[in-house]
Amino acid sequence: MSTQYLAVTFTIVLAVATSVPLGRYIYDVFSGQHTWLDPIFRPIERLVLRASGVDAAVAQDWKRYSASLLLSNVVMWLIGFAILELQGHLPLNPDHIGGMEPTQAFNTISSFVTNTNLQHYAGETSLSYFSQMFVITFLQFVTAATGVAACVAVIRGLAGDRLTALGNFYVDATRAAVRLFLPLALVVGVFLLWQGAPMTFKSALHATTVEGAPQTIARGVVAAEVAIKQLGTNGGGYFNANSAHPFENPTPLTNLVETWAILVIPMAMVWALGDFTRRRTLAVVVFTVMLAIYVPMVAIAVGQEAHGSPAIAAMGVSQTAGSMEGKEVRFGSGLSALWAVSTTVTSNGSVNAAQDSLTPLTGLMAMIGMWLNNIFGGVGVGFLNMMIVIIVTVFIAGMMIGRTPEFLGKKVEGREMKLASLALLWHPLAILIGTAVACAVWTSTAHPDAALGWLHNHGPHGFSEMLYEFSSSAANNGSGFEGLGNNTPFWNISTGLVMLLSRYIPIVAPLALAGSLAAKPAAPETAGSLRADTPTFGFTLWAVIIILGLLMFLPVAVLGPLAEYLALH
Amino acid sequence: MTDHSHARSLWDSRIVRQAAWDSLRKLDPRVQIRNPVMFIVEGGSLLTTIVFVQELLGTAGSRLFTGQVAFWLWFTVIFANFAEAMAEGRGKAQADTLRRTRTETTANRIDAAGREEIVPAATLRQGDLVMVRAGDLIPSDGDIIEGVASVDESAITGESAPVIRESGGDRSAVTGGTRVISDWIKVRVTSDPGHTFLDRMIALVEGAERQKTPNEIALTILLALLTLVFLLVVVTLEPFAWYAGTTIPIPVLIALLVCLIPTTIGALISAIGIAGMDRLVQRNVLAMSGRAVEAAGDVDTLLLDKTGTITLGNRQAHAFIALSGITERELADAAQLASLADETPEGRSIVILAKERYGLRGRELAGTNAVFVPFSAHTRMSGIDLDGRRIRKGAADAMAQYVAAGGGPIPAELQLEVDRIARSGGTPLVVAEPTRVLGVVHLKDIVKGGIRERFARLRAMGIRTVMITGDNPLTAAAIAAEAGVDDYLAQATPEHKMRLIREQQAEGKLVAMTGDGTNDAPALAQSDVGVAMNTGTTAAKEAGNMVDLDSNPTKLIEIVEIGKQLLMTRGALTTFSIANDVAKYFAIVPAMFILAFPQLGVLNIMRLATPESAILSAVIFNALIIIALIPLALRGITYRPLGAAALLRRNMLIYGAGGIVLPFVGIKVIDLLLVAVHLA
Repeated sequence: MSTQYLAVTFTIVLAVATSVPLGRYIYDVFSGQHTWLDPIFRPIERLVLRASGVDAAVAQDWKRYSASLLLSNVVMWLIGFAILELQGHLPLNPDHIGGMEPTQAFNTISSFVTNTNLQHYAGETSLSYFSQMFVITFLQFVTAATGVAACVAVIRGLAGDRLTALGNFYVDATRAAVRLFLPLALVVGVFLLWQGAPMTFKSALHATTVEGAPQTIARGVVAAEVAIKQLGTNGGGYFNANSAHPFENPTPLTNLVETWAILVIPMAMVWALGDFTRRRTLAVVVFTVMLAIYVPMVAIAVGQEAHGSPAIAAMGVSQTAGSMEGKEVRFGSGLSALWAVSTTVTSNGSVNAAQDSLTPLTGLMAMIGMWLNNIFGGVGVGFLNMMIVIIVTVFIAGMMIGRTPEFLGKKVEGREMKLASLALLWHPLAILIGTAVACAVWTSTAHPDAALGWLHNHGPHGFSEMLYEFSSSAANNGSGFEGLGNNTPFWNISTGLVMLLSRYIPIVAPLALAGSLAAKPAAPETAGSLRADTPTFGFTLWAVIIILGLLMFLPVAVLGPLAEYLALH
Repeated sequence: MTDHSHARSLWDSRIVRQAAWDSLRKLDPRVQIRNPVMFIVEGGSLLTTIVFVQELLGTAGSRLFTGQVAFWLWFTVIFANFAEAMAEGRGKAQADTLRRTRTETTANRIDAAGREEIVPAATLRQGDLVMVRAGDLIPSDGDIIEGVASVDESAITGESAPVIRESGGDRSAVTGGTRVISDWIKVRVTSDPGHTFLDRMIALVEGAERQKTPNEIALTILLALLTLVFLLVVVTLEPFAWYAGTTIPIPVLIALLVCLIPTTIGALISAIGIAGMDRLVQRNVLAMSGRAVEAAGDVDTLLLDKTGTITLGNRQAHAFIALSGITERELADAAQLASLADETPEGRSIVILAKERYGLRGRELAGTNAVFVPFSAHTRMSGIDLDGRRIRKGAADAMAQYVAAGGGPIPAELQLEVDRIARSGGTPLVVAEPTRVLGVVHLKDIVKGGIRERFARLRAMGIRTVMITGDNPLTAAAIAAEAGVDDYLAQATPEHKMRLIREQQAEGKLVAMTGDGTNDAPALAQSDVGVAMNTGTTAAKEAGNMVDLDSNPTKLIEIVEIGKQLLMTRGALTTFSIANDVAKYFAIVPAMFILAFPQLGVLNIMRLATPESAILSAVIFNALIIIALIPLALRGITYRPLGAAALLRRNMLIYGAGGIVLPFVGIKVIDLLLVAVHLA
């Protein structure tokens, strides 16, 4: 087990250490500074912008910025939906896969446009190579870039003083795609290729096993997709088994790189915040607060998995290697637990083990990651969620020092609180109402197992399956608790709607908030003003995140994973 | 902050009786809807009561339990109302005192032809002229256009010593309801009926004009958010319970909801705001809006007039510095003679210093051939001609000209002494005869005791102090250093002051100042917190957003402290309210699901006796904590002048950590009591 602990620690340290220079690079790219990659990627960026006819000089206020963001997303949604429906008639389809069932296509395109990558389909049997490349992989680049663009615009607003323009969405998104994701994905993709991930347009292999049984071995344009899947907190795997599949994640080394790729950009965004606002200490405080939640969660998860499952131990199966049910031997229980927590705090959603088989408290950690949704979080949007909690913390703490609340010298007033409230309210609303509706449908249906066929388990675990599905959709995470029969119109439509609203409300509300703060004058900080870049504030923020999370989700945690845990022990 | 004579006891029995009655009247849903948190509680109480009545009529259900929940929920609403009514009651009591002074009165109106006619005061309009003689009440607010009179303003200020009011200058404003006690004045009315200072004051302290302040609005939004979140949590519990194969009775769901939504701060929020205004009123400061009180807490820069705020009103003689060849005693004697008829405070202080130092008595000059030469702006000196001696005192340059004109020498030593005094912050007053300079009297500004420590406290709170003075830069710098202000503005004119305010505001800072003169009005209007002195002109009072009835400029510091205390109280109780929820969850959630999942018993970490006792204890704690915190809401939390980080640490510890721990203890104790008396 000690190698596992060492590997877990090493992965986290590596991600933290490399996120610092990457954060600097992100700042340089978005503030127009010179970077050493400019000679290669600047021309590509210019080409893309010229080809799309965008006037890079136009500065947009928060309304125009949001409108451009929404418009581009609507267009991508429509085109993507059309491709999924028509893929049977489109090229690059050697395995002759037909068009998708409409509610499944609705769910799939909503899932990928929103950077969620919840998959109610199995990639190897439901998507052509054309769809994999021009819907899945394309959206994995562009939606990640959308998140980063929104985040950069919000940070500009926070850093600005009497500012109306937040930047230009098209320029920011193009920059993010071309100069951040493309270079990183190239490096990671080539690495995966070297380690054995396939990259081919050839159709699936038909082999005969040693026993003489026929076997179909799916393959395709895997390495490229997996790279951006990890880097862009997308998480939608090429294959149904995601990064547990030996073609997606062949070796312990690829597992290290893929885990690193989940974390590095969300972490780097925090450092970029420090550079934009010229407050390195603020970035250190926010980063430390995130680490102070992330690391204990990893510790609990790794500990729980190492401890093994008492139910399986009772069957006489040795648990010395930890709980290995649903896990890959080449990763072990510790690295699977690390992945489970990392992929859920960051809204990535890729998996290298079956989430359904995690011990109850590790499952709880995965859900907590999605409930909080701001511990590093999705690329770009993670910080937006964190900013909302910072605004609430600033509001309460600000009053306690005897001043009307301010953040970075800007007054937080009614309008800001309204927008923050909207963003803060939506997340529990989507999860709790969604799960409640599912429970109500389940309990009001006669013979639900036969009629609906949703749940593979009853009792608290079945509750967790439904709760996890809505948590994953609302957090734009995309991982599944499996076990849930989710390719039905009810789940396709309900989670599709939740994903869409849970993407755009938490992006537009912070943009509006940043627009409102940007227009205000920044008052100089004195001994009497609340400074966000202090340990005291950091501790307050940490406490607010935990207490708010506890208050919103304690009952469902008790009814799902905690009840299951207590029954097991 | 010191106690003031106007302060009333917190639990004045008349106010309590009235508040108790008002708290029932406020159950009207049309009143409750203004406070979303308490509106939900009232709705919940009603629903629980209906369930209780159904259970009484039927046979099923646990009547004892439902009845108790309903009782304590109503109790919660009524005590929230009581807190608000208490705060309002204290304002009303103040207003009643004011109203008693405003008796029906008549006025001598002067018509266009100059004739006087007697009309009811209530008919006076802006622009009317009235004649007020000794013994008359001044019928309305106005400016004196003719005459001078001593006026008793105790009705408004509580200060019994009469003040002089005269036409022209900065002391021409009179307030309706005050009484002329000597002489007569002709007054031009400046307010229409219902809009006089007294009317506004009554409306303000009664809370009739109370509107939610920006911070209150923002906080209400946050509280509404939390209320919605908890509504969501509670409403969805029912389908979750179905899935778990159980149902949760409505009274239990409502009990959980009321415990979770921020009832503590929701119940006390308006009481805190009203009490903040009331604390100002008790210090004889009238804020024209709650917004101004909040702004006071945010002030970054205080502009303080030197005279009266930082220094005692006037300069005083500090030393006699004789030039060579002249003894100090000779100088003191001459200076005293020249000042005998000088009634200015400076003149009197010279006479006193000469007496203290050299035992020189003030001489009786009546019957001698003494001729006093009064100060004139033209000669810029004053003095006395006595027995052939001509003694003059005045500013250095004026005296130098006087002696030079008399043919006397101007010793180089004189300029040295004059410069030295000026540099030290003093004012040099040269004493001379026509042909020789005798010496210099060092007049000194006396910095108020304790002011330096006060400025240090303000600095710790992050507030810059800027001294405003008409003195030259040298003098200003010396006094600024002695008083410990952060900056000063010397040779200040109203335009300079205005520019300084604008500069500070452009940097994003909030500025507070005091003023009384008409030429202060634009700056008072521009500043974020402008405190006008009650002795000041109508223009100044109109321009500012607060009026200090005691006309004490030092009070600006207290106003800032009250503003901060108000916000801190709000923040502390919000934090406390939210922190309380943790324990309530641990009391209620296991109790709700213990039947479906017996293993949840381990979450009952308080070891509460039964599910019913657990829920009841949480509801009762929630109701009682409101009552327990009413005094804190009305008095405000203890204010300490500390830096932001230290304050945050301290308040987080008390109200955050305390708010988490206290209910665990409280709920456990209530649970033990309930079981002991067999109510659960």
